[in-house]
Amino acid sequence: MGKVMTTTVDASEIAKFEAMAAEWWDPNGKFKPLHMLNPCRLDYITRQIAEEFDRDLTAPRAFEGLRLLDIGCGGGLLSEPMARLGADVVGVDAAERNIPVAQTHAMQSGLEIDYRFTTAEAMADAGEQFDAVLNMEVVEHVADPLAYLTACQQLLKPGGLHICSTINRNPKSFAVAILGAEYVMRWLPKGTHDWSKFITPDELYDLIRKAGLDPVDRKGFVFNPVTWAWRLSDRDLSVNYVTASLKPA
Amino acid sequence: MDNPVRTAILRPMEHDLIIVGGGLNGPALALAAAQAGLTSCVVDSLPLATRQDADFDGRSYALARSSQRMLDRLGLWDALKDHAQPMNQIKVSDGRVGDAGVFLGLHFDSAEIEDGPMGFMVEDRYLRRVLLAALAESDLITQRAEAMVVAQETRPEGASVTLADGEVLKGRLLVGADGQKSGVATRAGIRRMGWGYGQTALVCAIAHEEPHDGVAHQLFLPAGPLAILPLTGNRSSIVWSERDSRAQAINALSDDDYLEVLRPRFGDFLGEISLAGARYTYPLTLSLARAFTAERVALVGDAAHRMHPIAGQGLNAGLRDVAALAHVITHAARRGEDFASPAVLSRYAQWRRFDTASLATSTDLFNRLFSNDNPLLRLGRDLGMAAINAAPGLRRSFIREAAGLTGDLPDLMRG
Repeated sequence: MGKVMTTTVDASEIAKFEAMAAEWWDPNGKFKPLHMLNPCRLDYITRQIAEEFDRDLTAPRAFEGLRLLDIGCGGGLLSEPMARLGADVVGVDAAERNIPVAQTHAMQSGLEIDYRFTTAEAMADAGEQFDAVLNMEVVEHVADPLAYLTACQQLLKPGGLHICSTINRNPKSFAVAILGAEYVMRWLPKGTHDWSKFITPDELYDLIRKAGLDPVDRKGFVFNPVTWAWRLSDRDLSVNYVTASLKPA
Repeated sequence: MDNPVRTAILRPMEHDLIIVGGGLNGPALALAAAQAGLTSCVVDSLPLATRQDADFDGRSYALARSSQRMLDRLGLWDALKDHAQPMNQIKVSDGRVGDAGVFLGLHFDSAEIEDGPMGFMVEDRYLRRVLLAALAESDLITQRAEAMVVAQETRPEGASVTLADGEVLKGRLLVGADGQKSGVATRAGIRRMGWGYGQTALVCAIAHEEPHDGVAHQLFLPAGPLAILPLTGNRSSIVWSERDSRAQAINALSDDDYLEVLRPRFGDFLGEISLAGARYTYPLTLSLARAFTAERVALVGDAAHRMHPIAGQGLNAGLRDVAALAHVITHAARRGEDFASPAVLSRYAQWRRFDTASLATSTDLFNRLFSNDNPLLRLGRDLGMAAINAAPGLRRSFIREAAGLTGDLPDLMRG
């Protein structure tokens, strides 16, 4: 059945998906801020997974045998690296148009990734289970963070790893993430973020605990305007930050 | 029926890296990539035997400390160390013909820093031999010798090159380590900028009566700089710059007459001198590629930048490219990125363009300032050298700079 579906897709549609995939993956294009942040967040994700599941990152296909969920997968900027490291990846996005775009690029990259137009809540209801859930830059966009994080918890196998990044709520994050990124640098479309929905690290730890997970680590993503690069920080969680938590075994 | 053996033969070989240029930088990159588990195919137009079995031809390199560390990390230093002459001191003087060696304006001694010698002099033949032997030993590296690249093609997902015999090599990244007339760069549409200096370097090895004690000398003569760099035994390598026409005239002389011209510049502080190898000339030019990367393409060494060799920085800068590229792609591969994607290659380009631009500018300015007999400039630079010499902090920073230990060091060059 799947084969019949693919052959009925219009050629102009494929060309459109290819153009959109190229846009997602252009390091100087519309998603430049994500591309700049990507190595830093991948460093965090890969190190946390390697530590939790005792994997050697210098070995080929270090994540072989791990089942991973990437929530809000977009064009596949996180799903593809995880698949390249050998993980069995499911990428979900609530924006339907992202799915064929991500599928097109994965095919160009020679990677097999299961992309689906669905939500974390629907996946949890279906009883899906993962070793790790990547929940990057999503929680600040959802209506009910606790319900959403609870769904993330349900998606994990016992002992599973949940990685969640978001944006802090304070005057600096307003200046940097809203005024700076949306109005001055025009990195993001105006209205991308609603500052009042940003979450402080302590609030997030609290929500994670209420959702039934044990927080184990948190770090800041800090942008250096001189080197024009992001780095991980133990102390500076003032704007972008990331957390790791575990589902009790 | 599918014959698996046949299928394997028919399918073009897929490499992680295709490296065009089997001189020094290309093999060093293949070895660095192999340490990260990446496969390479190294393509060179010369036969392997020609590159492997060279006699001493007078060419040698001043390896900065950082470059030596890198060769050590690549497992090559044990085979090289017996052929390497440590450089413990560098003496810089603003001498004129006839008074060379009289007043030494600047004196850098590696005893002032904790990292050991500032560098090592290594002959080209040993470096080449050791690199090629290591290539042959690696399971992850294949070679194509006597192979001319006639075409290359890049696509968003990979690169391929066609050799003169029709073989097509496929890879994820195509590296141009093929010198200042880089075919890889030209075929990728990368243009160059640069200029000549109107000067030519005369290069030879000499034998001398007295030991050099591991001291390198840099004399700034009005016609251009003269470097005397210690080789193993009582031998030194000479890099001597003259205006183009004069250099051609000197090069046309017999060995005896050549030495007659060299003697007054060299001075007699090492006793009687004689030639210990062939003589070479290199026109001094600055040539920079306008981009260090293109789709699925990266340039290293002279293919990216050929600069004035006044400070012996050509090979060191090339190895720094190699170390930086290896660093960037290794870390990218470990975090699951496509290591030859535009996003990853832009990190290499950004890192190396900054270093290269500052080095090219400073060696260019240095040469323009010192290749000059204007008395006011002479006074100014003598005072400047005396001032640097009197300031230990500044002197140490120069030593660390000469040793290649400053700036953002790639993994392979860290202590």
